[in-house]
Amino acid sequence: MPLQLQPHLAEAGQRYFRDFTPGDDFYESLIDAHRDLNDEQSEMLNAKLILILANQVGDIGLLREALALAREGIR
Amino acid sequence: MATYTYPTFPYRAPNDLMTGVPQRRPLVVIGAGPVGLAAAIDARLHGLEVLLFDEEDSVSFGSRAVCYAKRALEILDRLGVGDPIVDKGVSWNVGRTFLQEDEVYRFNLVPDAGHKRPGMINLQQYHLEEALVKRATELGADLRWKYKVVNVQPLDDGARVTVETPDGAFDIEADWLIVADGARSNVRRQLGLDIEGHVFKDRFLIADVIMKADFPAERWFWFDPPFHPNQSVLLHKQSDNVWRIDFQLGWDADPEEEKKPENIIPRVKAMLGDDREFELEWASIYTFQCRRMKNFRHGHLLFVGDAAHQVSPFGARGANSGFQDTDDLLWKLALVMKGQAPEALLDTYDADRTYAADENIRNSTRSTDFITPKSRVSRTFRNAALQLARQHPFARKLVNSGRLSVPAFLVNSALNTPDSETFEGNMVPGAPMDDAPVRVNGRDAWLLDQLGNRFVLMVFADRADAVEPAVLAQADALAAATVPVQTLVVTAHAGQAPGGLATVHDRDGLVAQRYDARPGTAYLVRPDQHVAARWRRVDTAAVQAALARATGQKLAAPAAEATLTA
Repeated sequence: MPLQLQPHLAEAGQRYFRDFTPGDDFYESLIDAHRDLNDEQSEMLNAKLILILANQVGDIGLLREALALAREGIR
Repeated sequence: MATYTYPTFPYRAPNDLMTGVPQRRPLVVIGAGPVGLAAAIDARLHGLEVLLFDEEDSVSFGSRAVCYAKRALEILDRLGVGDPIVDKGVSWNVGRTFLQEDEVYRFNLVPDAGHKRPGMINLQQYHLEEALVKRATELGADLRWKYKVVNVQPLDDGARVTVETPDGAFDIEADWLIVADGARSNVRRQLGLDIEGHVFKDRFLIADVIMKADFPAERWFWFDPPFHPNQSVLLHKQSDNVWRIDFQLGWDADPEEEKKPENIIPRVKAMLGDDREFELEWASIYTFQCRRMKNFRHGHLLFVGDAAHQVSPFGARGANSGFQDTDDLLWKLALVMKGQAPEALLDTYDADRTYAADENIRNSTRSTDFITPKSRVSRTFRNAALQLARQHPFARKLVNSGRLSVPAFLVNSALNTPDSETFEGNMVPGAPMDDAPVRVNGRDAWLLDQLGNRFVLMVFADRADAVEPAVLAQADALAAATVPVQTLVVTAHAGQAPGGLATVHDRDGLVAQRYDARPGTAYLVRPDQHVAARWRRVDTAAVQAALARATGQKLAAPAAEATLTA
């Protein structure tokens, strides 16, 4: 399975009338999760989140692709 | 001001309103901004007598609200003022988003052809207001300039209003009062009504410059551009060669200093380059809040527009949602005032427009949080999304430089009849209706222009002579009911339905496609061009039941009205 690079977010049971809504719903939850944390705490949250999601994805080849993609363009 | 001459509307002494005991009028509107004027025009279209007070005697000073969205334009069409406004404005659909020097994302507001109106027009607010004043006057609305409302006393069956004029003060009573006196609503404050939400700690500079430039009519938004590092900038084209530039300044900026032309001009030059000639026409520094009143209906007082709710400017959801307020309110109010619907129908104005306000506040807050991150991690996520967006479609969906005004789908409205059959697409009960090209009497026309200001039963047929007998049989009765329903036949092939029924030809098949219609399908359409109910086959009893529901006849016992503390 190739890396999914098309918009792919959705919540079960939700009906969307606007194509920006699912992405915005997720992004708001992401930023809310960091509310009132200091920078160090936020870094810890992000690290734990990546580990949880990596286990969810499972496919290590895919994860390596994602890691390489994330690294691109970082100067 | 170089490009616009402000009109002065004639003041009339209030002699006719100052006769001893306070006079009583059916409907008074406070505030002649875009939303108050739309309310007055809509009232006249429903045959209501309307008196409007405004403390000034001209249009808004400065270009202010600039973007009018497709749905607002469709409402303005219904009000009979769409053409002059669209003709004067700058139509656009494409928005481009830049990170530093590179474009990362672009959107098209109306990706499908076959809509009368563009995604958005840009037009200075004063041009819009001038057109609305002309229309309201032509329809016989009684507009009173330099009439300052200084007190409102709610009554069980109306309101008593105290008005000051250059020729003295007087009291007048109204059965119904529409409060459209803007974000700083004096009426709301005088009555001590709550408006809750939060202030954003940021300041923005608006500069309107006059210049000849061949930039396309698009919305350009920059994150962190080289000419204004670490902040955002927005560029819009208005009419008369006026361009709106919006610079984020940050919370620590000194508004008095930033307002000075000697400080504004270098910012504009940094953006446009030293060679471009321009003239500064108008500038303003603003902050904003996202908040709304708990209730928009307080007995016989109905709050609309900025008086009732405010949003951040990202997304142009202010004036646009105000037009949607009066679009929702006026047909309901007209039915109530004519004794054709219970007062509880107005509680659905409150329920449906507070729902929509929450959606607008949610979207504009999300845009603001993306554009002006409040923490380091939030800024990092934003920049990561922008970096990824250069190449990857999924990240483009996360980039939020403003979710431009679109109407709410009122899926929870108590006026909707839930579907009992299966339909594809978005035209669910409570949906704001999609437009489509049609032909009427052999001439090209638009679907939405055939709807509005009354209930319509839109019935689909393959051929005009194949309309089901049941539809023909009930059409007269529906047209003669207390709340009349006009039958409109939509045919796949050109032709005229029998019995003189209004007929439109779905020339490109787009009506049927957008409404997932087959021969026999019927939609009950509200006066504000929202879907009330739909069926695969018309059944008179079902139509009558849906009409009763859509006019508030089936609402549960009216909720206790919000009490006033004043």
